Amino acid sequence: MSDSDGRRGATRRGFIKGALAAGAGAASAGAAGAEAGDPAITELQPWMRAFGPGVDASPYGLPSEHESHVRRRYVEWLRPDTISAVNFTPIHQLDGIITPNGLCFERHHSGVALIDPGRHRLMINGLVDTPLVFTMEDLKRFPRENRIYFLECAANSGMEWRGPQLNGCQFTHGMIHNLMYTGIPLRHVLDEAGLKPGAKWLLAESADAAAMTRSIPLEKALDDCLLAFAMNGEALRPEQGYPLRLVVPGWEGNMWIKWLRRIEVGDRPWHQREETSKYTDLLGDGRTRRFTFEMDAKSVITSPSPQAPITHGPGPTIITGIAWSGRGTIARVDVTLDGGVNWHTARLSGPSFDKSLHRFYFEFDWDGRPMLLQSRAIDSTGYVQPTKDALRAVRGVSSGYHNNGIQTWAIDSEGRAENVEIS
Amino acid sequence: MSRFRDLAALSLGVILAASAAFAQQGGKLGLGRPASPDELAAWDIDVRPDGLGLPEGRGDVLTGEELYTGLCAACHGDFGEGTGRLPALAGGEGTLTDEFPVKTVGSFWPYLSTVWDYVHRTMPYGNSQSLSDDEVYALTAYILYLNDLVDEDFVLTRENLPAIRLPNEGGFIPDDRAGTELPAFSAEPCMENCKDRVEITARAGALDVTPEAEER
Ligand code: HEC
Repeated sequence: MSDSDGRRGATRRGFIKGALAAGAGAASAGAAGAEAGDPAITELQPWMRAFGPGVDASPYGLPSEHESHVRRRYVEWLRPDTISAVNFTPIHQLDGIITPNGLCFERHHSGVALIDPGRHRLMINGLVDTPLVFTMEDLKRFPRENRIYFLECAANSGMEWRGPQLNGCQFTHGMIHNLMYTGIPLRHVLDEAGLKPGAKWLLAESADAAAMTRSIPLEKALDDCLLAFAMNGEALRPEQGYPLRLVVPGWEGNMWIKWLRRIEVGDRPWHQREETSKYTDLLGDGRTRRFTFEMDAKSVITSPSPQAPITHGPGPTIITGIAWSGRGTIARVDVTLDGGVNWHTARLSGPSFDKSLHRFYFEFDWDGRPMLLQSRAIDSTGYVQPTKDALRAVRGVSSGYHNNGIQTWAIDSEGRAENVEIS
Repeated sequence: MSRFRDLAALSLGVILAASAAFAQQGGKLGLGRPASPDELAAWDIDVRPDGLGLPEGRGDVLTGEELYTGLCAACHGDFGEGTGRLPALAGGEGTLTDEFPVKTVGSFWPYLSTVWDYVHRTMPYGNSQSLSDDEVYALTAYILYLNDLVDEDFVLTRENLPAIRLPNEGGFIPDDRAGTELPAFSAEPCMENCKDRVEITARAGALDVTPEAEER
């Protein structure tokens, strides 16, 4: 994996080998002497002797340098360039349910717009009594709400429709993040402009060079959409839409327009490029589903996984992962060690919010034999995450989007994991 | 005096609480200001299949070809066949049920208005909104021509655009998961002895396309 992980792994392995050798030596030579103590204890470490950096050495704090391998990663062959491209959240290295701001995957169509908030405006036009323009300052005077939601790209796991491709849940499932948003209910701003009779759809538009647009049913907008200006308590990051993004809970990430500059109200959808050429689901019979907004319930084991192998050998072992549903909360997650012959209900830990990530754990005593690991989410509507083959039976293999099938990791006796499919 | 101040403070508090409640109930806070006609004209650029939003203008295939050769062909290919990983704009008819479908304006897109709208808002890539309305009509006409949907003497206008049908318009259906999938995927799942045997049928390792594989 990374340098620092590799070094740590090597040291740990070296230590185990050393201990074994010492044990063997002790066995052959009798009680020839006590084992040497752990140098982490017997030797004075630099941080035990001298001062560290003072207060304010890093006015905006950063993770330990030993965590520098925890970062977003990019798959070069996926997209023609880095301007209209995607990178992935390192979900195999995260725990809990909240994604740190700097690790949220990025998907842009014209790079990251670098917007001066003083010159950012939100316009509401179309079927309204009065088309209005708001500054960021205006928007922050509406009553605010704090809510935690996952955002999943409709193309998450999309590369896996035809079969296993990428060895790592960062790549197979990393187009997701889960944040606390602070923002104002979209309905307040629509009320301010006054909806005209006949209003049924909205068009949301971004201020970057892609001028990204999506049609959204008015019903959803009035229900739970937010105009968000903060993520996890601080201003949105530029790559997440600073200074303003639309939050469309439970629905595909592309609809959560970043750098939001305009909302038009209309009586029917616009059929823009991102809801015709893209983000539509081609079925095996040649027909194509459109406006497949909701994200189906899904889960994945994040550790162990190909980028996060078991390094400790047999004994107490923890399986952990994330589960989510665009239709509610997660009621239950089951885990199998034997490729789906027998299932065990995992333990959910942490708050369970509507349309938010849930964290699950399954603790067991690994005997060191190979395993076929899977997780299966069941949401509050009773929907059970299907196998990939069950999805293919309905949708074919050219869908590209909305792949929520059960993921399998094959674990070998060394604890290494591989992305596989099973019968 | 002091009692008067208290009273004023009290009534101010009442007003604030009342207006917050008002906002919750869908009233108005008086925030924002009306958009001016030139502001609306600058930003309201979207176009719908029924033609709503299309500006006055026209463009012919041959003008479109000239523009396309200079501004688009380097990325999308001389005949709209695409280059490298950059998208094709033509071809692919009849491939939607193939193992590897080719989705283009001609083979897949349901509406021509989307071509006009998208080219106008964000092409050429890296120089968004640099084309005049007539140029966008001409380029859209040329993309139709590349897909064998019009002849070379064709002229596209605001008036005739909404009437032009693309071949795959009828290929799109609404999201039907509620009927086709949700009931099927909502049965109580098996917990014990669910299968007789399990075999690995495919492995990602066989492909070796994961980045930083050497580091793992
Ligand atoms: C520098 C390369 C480049 C140039 C020049 C360019 N394009 Fe593009 N075009 C792209 C890329 C990249 C995309 C995909 C962008 C994305 O998905 O975010 C694209 C997408 C498109 C699409 C949508 C394709 C689809 O299937 O969804 C159309 C239509 C299009 N371009 C038309 C044009 C026209 C017309 C011109 C000339 C005025 C042009 N392009 C010039 C790179 C280019």
